[in-house]
Amino acid sequence: MLSSRRRLLVVLALAALLTAGACGGSSDSKTLTLYSGRAEVQIQPVIDLFTKETGIKVKVRYGATPELAAQISEEGSNSPADLFFAQDAGGLGAVDDRGLFAAVPADLLAEVDSKYHADDGNWIGITGRVRVIVANSKNVPDADVPTDVFKVTDAKWKGKVGIAPTNGSFESFLTAMRVQAGDARTKQFMHDLKANDVKIYNDNALILKAVNDGEIDLGLINHYYWYQLANEIGEDKMVARNHFTLNGDPGALVNVAGVGVLKSTDHMDLATQFVSFLLGKTAQTFFADKNFEFPLSAGVQPLPSLPHLDQVQSPDIDLSKLSDLDTTLTMLREAGLL
Amino acid sequence: MAPPPPSSPTVVPPGRVRGHRPPTGLAVAGGVVALAALLPVVYLLVRAGEDGWTKVSDTLLTEGTVRLLARSLGLAAAVTLASAVIGVALAWFTVRCDLPGRRVWRVVAALPLAVPSYVGAFAYLSVFPWLTGFRGAFVVLTLLSYPYVFLPVAASLERIDPSFEEVSRSLGNNAGATFRKVTLPQLRPAIATGGLLVFLYCLSDFGAVSILRFDSFTRVIYLSYQGSFDRTPAAILGCLLLVVTLVVVSAEARTRGRARYYASGPGANRPPRVTRLGRARWWALLVPAGVAVLALGIPAVNLVRWLVDSVQADVDMARVWRAAGGSLVASGLGALVTGAAAIPVALLAARHRSRLASVVERSAYLGHALPGIVVALALVFFSARYLTSLYQRLPVLVFAYLVLFLPLAVSAVYTSAMQASPALDEVARSLGKRPLAVLRTVTAPLLAPGVAAGTALVFLTCMKELPATLLLGPTGFETLATRVWSATSIGAYGDAAVPAALLVVAAAVPTWLLSRRLGRQAAS
Repeated sequence: MLSSRRRLLVVLALAALLTAGACGGSSDSKTLTLYSGRAEVQIQPVIDLFTKETGIKVKVRYGATPELAAQISEEGSNSPADLFFAQDAGGLGAVDDRGLFAAVPADLLAEVDSKYHADDGNWIGITGRVRVIVANSKNVPDADVPTDVFKVTDAKWKGKVGIAPTNGSFESFLTAMRVQAGDARTKQFMHDLKANDVKIYNDNALILKAVNDGEIDLGLINHYYWYQLANEIGEDKMVARNHFTLNGDPGALVNVAGVGVLKSTDHMDLATQFVSFLLGKTAQTFFADKNFEFPLSAGVQPLPSLPHLDQVQSPDIDLSKLSDLDTTLTMLREAGLL
Repeated sequence: MAPPPPSSPTVVPPGRVRGHRPPTGLAVAGGVVALAALLPVVYLLVRAGEDGWTKVSDTLLTEGTVRLLARSLGLAAAVTLASAVIGVALAWFTVRCDLPGRRVWRVVAALPLAVPSYVGAFAYLSVFPWLTGFRGAFVVLTLLSYPYVFLPVAASLERIDPSFEEVSRSLGNNAGATFRKVTLPQLRPAIATGGLLVFLYCLSDFGAVSILRFDSFTRVIYLSYQGSFDRTPAAILGCLLLVVTLVVVSAEARTRGRARYYASGPGANRPPRVTRLGRARWWALLVPAGVAVLALGIPAVNLVRWLVDSVQADVDMARVWRAAGGSLVASGLGALVTGAAAIPVALLAARHRSRLASVVERSAYLGHALPGIVVALALVFFSARYLTSLYQRLPVLVFAYLVLFLPLAVSAVYTSAMQASPALDEVARSLGKRPLAVLRTVTAPLLAPGVAAGTALVFLTCMKELPATLLLGPTGFETLATRVWSATSIGAYGDAAVPAALLVVAAAVPTWLLSRRLGRQAAS
């Protein structure tokens, strides 16, 4: 046993050490704080490149897009975040609706098509992704795959369609449907899905796997999951095929992952530099080649196997209008899908 | 580690010092700790009511809420029942039968407590991908929480006066009837204590139900928190969970039987009878061995498999060590602060019984009933608005640990305080020492073993904690627990292996301490 005085010394030394550890590494003038709704694998390599090139450190708080949007709202002008990188336009719109974003400089906005940034210029899309109907090519000939997303509730698909109601992209697709076709029609669609014994999955990757294994025939997912799985198990093992709906319905919604700079930031210059880097060739090439997304700027081309974004029959919807997630969630809950 | 209690403690009954007014400093310190422990609960109520009562009633008065209640309580009840059966059976075989190697089996049977529920759930899911929802949560939570029943029941079986059973047998009851009519009723308090812990564990568990996708309270609260721009519903559901937990705790306290199960006279203190199983004892061995394979073998095999994978995969070991450092710092601070805060509470409770003392003590014990996610939510809300300079910094997380784990520290310090006679302080005072000097030279050394044990227990419990660490950790800050969580949630089992193994090893220590503590409780 240590004597009590020596024990006291040990405890004090430990406390000092811990306090030092706790206080060390606090923010300095060359550090940005980013709230990222994108998964670490999809963005961290790009952030590392940015730090290497500019010497600016970036602290990242990863979370779900709605979670971080809600957090920024709760924090208000006290938010420690300088930037918010959201997985979809809805999350950006929700923060913008509360007036918490600063304007993105005009020269940066000009780098992407005006469809892919906020009307008020307060957030900007970095990459695009498209909603698809993924179908099992053995069970469903290409010609039989619905070209109208509302047709997935037809009786012949009873128990054969997979969705992921907790997934943000699926929720955005429904919000887009509300914007385009109205709440009543969307409610009907949810009700029809439920009545048609739709299969519920936790995420898009599981839906794709179920379609590929023939457990279900159709699934509503984002286009890039197909490429991720093909990359993992080999293209020859892919029975599933991506299909884009053709009549401009939300089934082929082009959504963006994008970024906004918080008004409350003390590092406006650095934050702008970061946005500029995301729009540059290095970052866009990474997003295209590694995430299989659609690059939106710097003239970078998507993978050759992807159609050009202009060829996708995307619904003519203002992405700034996808911010009313909460009504969509309420409707999903009422329909018994959540 | 906890030094053994003094061999001949001078226990002064609390009644003897009743009426002594506590020193002002002690009362103030205790009051501050109690208020701190109440803060999250109070603020959560405020935040939940912020959007008006219509919102509260709209959120609560739905069919969904009823189903949620039924699901959560149903799971907790099923797990408690199954845990009681397994716990009593294991205790019987390891204490009262001539099972080969029963001492070893007793230690093994307590070990599942060392497996964090998220590690256990991942291990099960990777072997049985279909084992999700209610079935999965039921199996995993039962296998990980039955020791809460096993430990007190085993301790109490060891101390039952054998004369009751002998009388029963002599009156013509056979072994089965004796067990049912005589032994089981005597075990009731131990089963109830353990069962309550299992029930609370199920209600507050976040890791297993999230991974196994069973929509109990904690998961629904987290999904709402994560998946909605509106956080009020999460706060409202958090309050409901809190109410449910408090109702369970007070209902258990009320229904505790008034029957007494001790001998009316001072019988001889003899070891319990051991049932001779004959050749059947080799078959009986299947019971503890089977449970051990299910509860420990499967997680262990998977952990080893992940470790092997991680050798081949390119695991970022620097990151693992950083996470280990994060765990050490956060848990270390949490333990020091909690250990210190426990001292005034325990001293008040042990030496100055009064209304103030019992209010302070009860507030401090509230943490036992508070699910981690509820405390975390409350503190996210509170610190984002009112503690902006501390927001998303370590002190808020440390504070959450304090609220959650104060009961562990208080009960350890309390034990020491009860064993240290206040007469010693009084003698020192009468010999002319000033109060502070008495505190330093007399009281502190007497309390030290309890404080050390409590601090160690809190430290290791903080290491396993997941939901509060997840929600309150500083940006870019990782601990072993959050590392396991984030790696497994993207299926990177190799990355999860080393931190998970470190956690399990670290958690084995408080398991051992807890087994001793529950044993002592059952004895007293």
